[in-house]
Amino acid sequence: MTDAPSNLGVTPRGAKPRKRLTPTNIMLYGTLFVASVYYLLPLYVMLVTSLKGMPEIRLGNVFAPPVEVTFEPWVKAWAQACTGINCDGLSRGFWNSVQILVPSVVISIAIASINGYALSLWKFKGSEVFFTILIFGAFIPYQVMIYPIVILLREAGEVLSAVTGTKIRLMGSIWGLVIVHTIFGMPILTLLFRNYFASVPEELFKAARVDGAGFWQIYFQIMLPMALPIFVVAIILQVTGIWNDFLFGVIFTKPDTYPMTVQLNNIVNSVQGVKEYNVNMAATMLTGLVPLIIYFASGKLFVRGIAAGAVKG
Amino acid sequence: MTNVTVKDLTLDFGAVRVLDKLNIDIQEGEFLVLLGASGCGKSTLLNCIAGLLDISDGEIHIGGRNVTWEEPSERGIGMVFQSYALYPQMSVEGNLSFGLKNARVPKPEIAKRVARAAEILQIEPLLKRKPAALSGGQRQRVAIGRALVRDVDVFLFDEPLSNLDAKLRADLRVELKLLHQKLDNTMIYVTHDQVEAMTLADRIAIMRGGVVQQIASPSEVYDRPSNKYVAGFIGSPTINFFEGSITDGGREFLSADLHFPLTGYEATQGALTARPAWLGIRPEAVITGTDVAQQPFTADITVELVEPMGSDTLIYTTLAGTPFRFRMSGKASVAAGDTLKIGFDPAQGSLFDKTTEKRL
Repeated sequence: MTDAPSNLGVTPRGAKPRKRLTPTNIMLYGTLFVASVYYLLPLYVMLVTSLKGMPEIRLGNVFAPPVEVTFEPWVKAWAQACTGINCDGLSRGFWNSVQILVPSVVISIAIASINGYALSLWKFKGSEVFFTILIFGAFIPYQVMIYPIVILLREAGEVLSAVTGTKIRLMGSIWGLVIVHTIFGMPILTLLFRNYFASVPEELFKAARVDGAGFWQIYFQIMLPMALPIFVVAIILQVTGIWNDFLFGVIFTKPDTYPMTVQLNNIVNSVQGVKEYNVNMAATMLTGLVPLIIYFASGKLFVRGIAAGAVKG
Repeated sequence: MTNVTVKDLTLDFGAVRVLDKLNIDIQEGEFLVLLGASGCGKSTLLNCIAGLLDISDGEIHIGGRNVTWEEPSERGIGMVFQSYALYPQMSVEGNLSFGLKNARVPKPEIAKRVARAAEILQIEPLLKRKPAALSGGQRQRVAIGRALVRDVDVFLFDEPLSNLDAKLRADLRVELKLLHQKLDNTMIYVTHDQVEAMTLADRIAIMRGGVVQQIASPSEVYDRPSNKYVAGFIGSPTINFFEGSITDGGREFLSADLHFPLTGYEATQGALTARPAWLGIRPEAVITGTDVAQQPFTADITVELVEPMGSDTLIYTTLAGTPFRFRMSGKASVAAGDTLKIGFDPAQGSLFDKTTEKRL
């Protein structure tokens, strides 16, 4: 018997003993700790500042916890902060954002999932070319398309007005922005759904055809219930993407219909009067709350869905 | 009466011709097995019959109807897949009734047919379960049930047992045969497993490169293979081939320095004439022991390797300069290095032309 020196006198048996304090572990947990401090410290400063009154902020102790906790900045940010002549706070931007978000998410995911389903299972002549063109769209910086889209929306509004006989404006309205978000979500969402449906066993689809199910029946009764994880991924992607969007919001809407991000910018960057840091911090956190909640509520599903969609291409 | 007819079926995938002018007639109530190595086009042919692939040319008739342009659901077929392809979010009952609901069959009728299929396949206790809660064998039974409830003339099986373990495969094979005896439907069954093919089939169609090599009863395919490929494909352990030539008058086959008498050989294409050829001898045609002396051909061989399999024992040796395998009783006590006297009748073997590889 030639036991290793450290094992002398002990018969190795069962689970191998592991040391906690190894150089590897110190490095690993040290790095993780530094990284989380790096990201959490600004959040801490924001939270602390938003709960202080202005006199306390002026003392300059950025990291100090509030001596007197006040929720006034939050109330002010939500209901009273001024942008231009409007002084009803972020609440209006919030409801605008909701009105933009809900139809954009629903319409874009509905269309993209059917797109992906058709492109992966009902291949037609030229379907690959169609898909390539669609994906190509994801690689064009969308800044170059802004001006053409402005014109397209304006003209489309004119045409619609002429056809229906009533005045319809797409440019500068919430619906114009919904259309833009739907279109720009299409490449990445279609890719996501196509790859997910491509990983569904083809025999399942064949069995459904033998069972006499058509295009919509297979989609609604067989594919849709199987695709819930990828729907969650798509919803998260779209909600965070659309909620955080600033550029399209500022271009395609008017001050009355500005989404929350644009309004936040206008509050924080207003040049008149005193800079109310506490209100600014509260407003910023309010704006970031929706994506955060979505993420915390569905983080696990998100990771699972991303993995499921990414396996096969 | 013919039940399924495939006429001049041609299928191209782009520039590749997968099936070329294929013709098959399948009788009513027949169990036809499409057998071949992977990539030979057997599953493709089945998908064409089912209507899941659009064909390039030819016709498909099922039950006297030309169904070439019809949807899979309108063809009067039921299909069972290798991966079971059960709808994961539906219960067993939902899986069985899905096709009937699509066909707008009245509810009492659906319930009746589901109950009947469940009874035949003995899956009644499983009806409320989801496929994920079933074992492989149970899933495959449900998949068969899904074809059964549709009350079709023709069942199509696409390697239905390939995903099961060896024991379960043997059990379900027997059940399938019983099911066929009970229902008497036409069945077309794709497999690469020759045991399944031999045991289940009324007729076997052996395919290679999109072409049917031979279509005949299992014993015919086994004893009188139509070409060298079929002879080599069917049978385990594989048939032994000797390279050589037929002598003038067709009385003997010469390989290396050995003479194999051919007296009594039933030639398929007229009398044997002198030409280069292959002689195929099945491993179980070889005889050892006391009766050897009466065999037309005898030889002394040295055992090189012994493979005991329990029921029988495989002996590896060399004869006429080529590797030679034969089968002995499982009781035989033989060791490598032993010398044995073996004998067989070359006229019971198969002769193939050297160049065309067709049966002589």
